[in-house]
Amino acid sequence: MSRLVIESGRSHREYWRDLWRYRELFYVLAWRDVSVRYKQTVIGIVWALLQPFLTMVIFTVVFGRLAKMPSAGVPYPLLVLAGSLPWQFISASLSGASQSLVGNANLISKVYFPRLIIPASAVVTALIDLFISFILLIVVMAWYQVCPTWRMVFLPIFVLLAFLAALGPGLLITALNVKYRDFRYIIPFMVQLGFFISPVGYLSSAVDEKWRLLYSLNPVVGVIDGFRWAILGGDNQIDGRDFMLSLGVIALLLWFGIAYFRKTERSFADVI
Amino acid sequence: MSDTVIKVENLSKKYILRHQAAGRRRYVALRDVLTHRVASLFRRGDRQDETREEFWALQDVSFTVKKGESVGVIGRNGAGKSTLLKILSRITEPSRGRIEIEGRVSSLLEVGTGFHPELTGRENIYLNGAILGMRRAEIKKKFDEIVAFAEVEKFLDTPVKHFSSGMYVRLAFAVAAHLEPDILIVDEVLAVGDTQFQKKCLGKMQDVSTHEGRTVLFVSHNLQAIRQMCGRVLFMKQGKLVSAGDPHLAISAYLGQGGDDEASAVYELATYPRSYPIENAMMRRIRFLNAQDQPASTVRLNDVLTVEVSLSVTKPLQEVNISMAVIHGEGLRVFSEAYSDQYSPPPKLDPGEYMVRFHVPMRFFKMENYFLDVTVVDAGRHCDWVAGMLMPQIVDENPYVQMESNRWGVLRVPVTWDIIKPALPQP
Repeated sequence: MSRLVIESGRSHREYWRDLWRYRELFYVLAWRDVSVRYKQTVIGIVWALLQPFLTMVIFTVVFGRLAKMPSAGVPYPLLVLAGSLPWQFISASLSGASQSLVGNANLISKVYFPRLIIPASAVVTALIDLFISFILLIVVMAWYQVCPTWRMVFLPIFVLLAFLAALGPGLLITALNVKYRDFRYIIPFMVQLGFFISPVGYLSSAVDEKWRLLYSLNPVVGVIDGFRWAILGGDNQIDGRDFMLSLGVIALLLWFGIAYFRKTERSFADVI
Repeated sequence: MSDTVIKVENLSKKYILRHQAAGRRRYVALRDVLTHRVASLFRRGDRQDETREEFWALQDVSFTVKKGESVGVIGRNGAGKSTLLKILSRITEPSRGRIEIEGRVSSLLEVGTGFHPELTGRENIYLNGAILGMRRAEIKKKFDEIVAFAEVEKFLDTPVKHFSSGMYVRLAFAVAAHLEPDILIVDEVLAVGDTQFQKKCLGKMQDVSTHEGRTVLFVSHNLQAIRQMCGRVLFMKQGKLVSAGDPHLAISAYLGQGGDDEASAVYELATYPRSYPIENAMMRRIRFLNAQDQPASTVRLNDVLTVEVSLSVTKPLQEVNISMAVIHGEGLRVFSEAYSDQYSPPPKLDPGEYMVRFHVPMRFFKMENYFLDVTVVDAGRHCDWVAGMLMPQIVDENPYVQMESNRWGVLRVPVTWDIIKPALPQP
């Protein structure tokens, strides 16, 4: 029979085991969010496709036609799509995760489970949208007759990287949002800012060399570069140094997000 | 192994209340934190613009529970019952003390936690089951049983937002009732559904404890249910455990506590916070008296509560009016009454000490928290206003009171009913 000791300040050692034990709750919450969303909106899945499609059209016009940014030999719409899919996933994750704890306040004050499940399942919900929008990617690739190369095999790794890149800041933001309830007003601004410092509508190689290092501190840069490298093939290269830097920042943010979340988690039920 | 499954030692829980100008808030705004930080850069030293007050929701509570026991927990609102259950179910952490629990715990602090209105009955069974810690396979195995228990077979694929409230709670309880923990922690959930379903729930709970040998910890205001189900009762008061033992003794101690619990029935108002300055007359003290004219923090349903206001008049008042208002614990203004509503002309009061008494029939109140405001004015001009005094709570064994959690609203109005069979009109 299992034995449980509850004491003050004792972040019980079974936390990660509990997380595993509650994995079904994790699936169920993600499934709930997905199915509720598609039940509520009339156009449902179409929305998940329409959004990246419109982004693609607009960015192609703005960056490709008007600003005439370099495209490294691939059709500009495809280049935009390979950047905007991970970006939309990350921004949807951040805004979804940030509201997730407050939105599930009744669960938190009534039932025990590792709280990490809630923001994580919000990120998974966004991940499902990403998978749906891959349909659009396939259609566009077929339209431009771009054949996927062997690099496509590595796409899942970059999806995982995007997941981790979204999870770290997501945990941080959601924990802050419980404590400081006005924090949510900052999030849309942060997401918007993030958009401008990420290579969504253009190639990261278009950024001036002397700013590259600073630019690569943005973890999204590594993720998007990875997506483009895997999807587009051709001349798209990953800069080793910059990519490692992005990886490092992702790991750091993830570690910090988890640490801060775990530290504040105990008092969630008291303040929410 | 010993047969003790729950061992609680010196358990305490402290909350910190922040009193700010804007009132009590549980969370802080980043904006405020930042402005405070910036302000304190320029203003060395003094950072005392908010007062922090410690509040012990639980103090040094110790007890043990043996395997297969059903233990009831009773006490007024704010006695610490819910805090105790929340700590036992790991929703919140204790500030001091230690608990050892042997076995799998499930807690039911609310029925239908996490139910989503857009999802169907079937989907909600899986969702709620997962939230309560059941595995998918386990839910699948019991699915038919749950549906049969809830009597909702026909509506399984209907979103629960279309359910009647009765169906909703039946389904919610049915999921919960099919949990198979070693220790079940239950808060007030039996008071759901119609009487027949309540009986069924109680029966199920009894089954769980007596036949299946599970340990049950049960908080309720439903004394009938406590008496029927529990072999032992913990009686809590103001965060402390007063007694643990025979249910009948504990219940009569609980019902009888009204008379001796003066502390929360008397408000000394000399230092009580006020929003407006006092002018010409001041309320010194307010006492809540029961039918025996004793200060009491609980009253029975059919009693009349007397509120006694000690008033000091410092300047001659020409047209005095006194009014009272009752605010429900969740902030809704329930009703207000003034002396002038029923009596005229308004009295003139010379300087001196006065005693104002008014009488409130308690049968309209539910077993919930209400706050009292009292205002004194003179010819339309403000004299004194005190707000937010917690009124005594209804305690009664009357089944009518026990039923009330089925009813929404902030008052209980004793409606009378007739069912008649009219004679058919002659053709």
